[in-house]
Amino acid sequence: MSAIPLIEARNVTRILPGIVPTTLVQGVDLSIRENEFVAITGPSGSGKSSLLYLLGLLDLPTSGEVLVRGTETTHMPEEDRAHARLTMLGFVFQFHFLLPEFTVLENVMLPMRALGKLSRAQMRTRGGDLLGSLGLGDHINKRPDQLSGGQRQRVAVARALANEPPVILADEPTGSLDSKSSEQVFELLRDLVRVEGKTVVAVTHDLGMAERMDRHIELLDGRVRADERHDLAGRVSG
Amino acid sequence: MNLILDIAWTHVRARVRQTGFAVAGVATGVGFSIMMASLMQGSQDDFTARLVDTLPNVTVSDERRTPPRQPADTLYAATEIHGLTPEARRRGIKNPLASMAALEAWLPGAVGPSVKVQAIIRYANHDIATNVIGIDPRREAMVSDLPKQMRGATLTALYRATNAIVIGDRLSDKIGARIGANITLQTSEGARINAQVVGYFHSGVRQLDDSTAYVLTKTGQILSKQTGLINELRVRLRDPMSSREIAARIESDTGYKSVSWQEANEDLISTFIIRNIIMYTVVGAILLVASFGTYNIISTITHEKARDIAIMKSLGLTEYTVRSIFVIEALIIGFAGAVAGFVLGYLLCLALGSIEIKNPFIDSDHLPLAYSYVHYLLAGAVALVSSVVAGYQPARKAARLHPVEIIRGAT
Repeated sequence: MSAIPLIEARNVTRILPGIVPTTLVQGVDLSIRENEFVAITGPSGSGKSSLLYLLGLLDLPTSGEVLVRGTETTHMPEEDRAHARLTMLGFVFQFHFLLPEFTVLENVMLPMRALGKLSRAQMRTRGGDLLGSLGLGDHINKRPDQLSGGQRQRVAVARALANEPPVILADEPTGSLDSKSSEQVFELLRDLVRVEGKTVVAVTHDLGMAERMDRHIELLDGRVRADERHDLAGRVSG
Repeated sequence: MNLILDIAWTHVRARVRQTGFAVAGVATGVGFSIMMASLMQGSQDDFTARLVDTLPNVTVSDERRTPPRQPADTLYAATEIHGLTPEARRRGIKNPLASMAALEAWLPGAVGPSVKVQAIIRYANHDIATNVIGIDPRREAMVSDLPKQMRGATLTALYRATNAIVIGDRLSDKIGARIGANITLQTSEGARINAQVVGYFHSGVRQLDDSTAYVLTKTGQILSKQTGLINELRVRLRDPMSSREIAARIESDTGYKSVSWQEANEDLISTFIIRNIIMYTVVGAILLVASFGTYNIISTITHEKARDIAIMKSLGLTEYTVRSIFVIEALIIGFAGAVAGFVLGYLLCLALGSIEIKNPFIDSDHLPLAYSYVHYLLAGAVALVSSVVAGYQPARKAARLHPVEIIRGAT
């Protein structure tokens, strides 16, 4: 395992400008290492999603810096940040956010096409394999509106994995699902860490789910209130 | 298919009705632009062709552009002369046959001699001021289309009678003189002869048909009371568009005033320029209005697709890629509109060309239309450019959308 963290936040603060500026994240120091299964929890408005967007290079900190594999990203040109998102990070949101006019397979192929490293046939094969491994092999030519909520979220996971990024960032991935589908998606994310060696950082309201993850970061008013690691038996280490 | 093209095509295809309206807007603009350009160009070409066919391409007259210098001016370097009329010279071109031969040696075309006289035609209580031109009928075919414009007789009919005359059909109608009528011609030099009408001509240029008559060179010389007079050389060129340059060279070679058909009709040609400016302004306005439709649809799509834009950017698509998607959509609309506009424009031209029209100013009973690929290329290019310009602003705005704001809004 590399000594350099996959993602590192150094004294990151994010303030939304306005007549009354709003502090979303304040002075957060955080390191996400390889093969971690991290939960970020906290009450509404505590800055969970904002922190995730900062870690995922979707947003820029007002101060502080975010490093990906040791490379400072805050002052990178937008094109380089976009390339880092394309190759290093995969996003899963609360709502699937699939492109409605495209088929399930085409949605999964989208990041691969944007990266442009594989041939069309290779992309189809990889997309089909990914969807097959997530139990969606029979649905590759369907449109997103022909799938259930859980299936759509699994397609979103497949899309996030398309370019084989080392990190998956999930924002309330089970927030809009029933308990059965939530469990399926959770197991899917856990398998990504356990079986495929990925790193998953998930924002969640579900404390029960957070307790079952390797690491639990709790935010309050934009600050890290607690950062606990769990061993396989669920014991907490600070 | 390329990712950008694929997404753009999917967006456009998913909004058949909206896209259809935008395409129809561009197509209407392009179609009517082509029709207008075709009509304007057609009428201009028709008129120009008539001028070129009817009038000599270059007319060399026995005048000078500037009055001749006084002998005292020539003899003394510093002289001020008061109350002296310019030197009077004998009318006519000196050694006309030698001048013609010299010109024909180098200019690409033919030269015909003529005598131009101002005369009053008197017939049945009508006194009409007329340009009487004395010509050689055998050479005339080389310098003008007069033989083809003859009605009721051929040009050689001028040889049939003593003092035979061919008059414009409008002049004939005005004074009521038919073939065989004896009319009187009187000039300011005091010459007065009786002439017999042996034919009419119709050039299609009202000014000529109204007030021009042709006689033999000899008759013209009698009217001018000057034996052997040739006061005009009429030149027809193989390339009428080179008339200005040839006229300038003739003038510098001979010293005689040489007027090209363009110079003779400068006021009309400048009218064409103004007309073209008006036409292109109107065409531009039509296409500008059409581009509003494109702007509208691209704005609508970017607004509706804000969430997709956010997700594409979160996946790692660059601003350039996102912007390109919407610019390509505008291009698709512009291209489809241009192609549909080509068909519409062609059909409009066909429809316009099939309308029968009676216009005293034109000979044809159909509107003159010019079919040129240039009109299509120009209208198509303007449509594409205006579509891209119309689509660029919303595309740029879309590309700059902050994904986090949209994702937050959606959740």
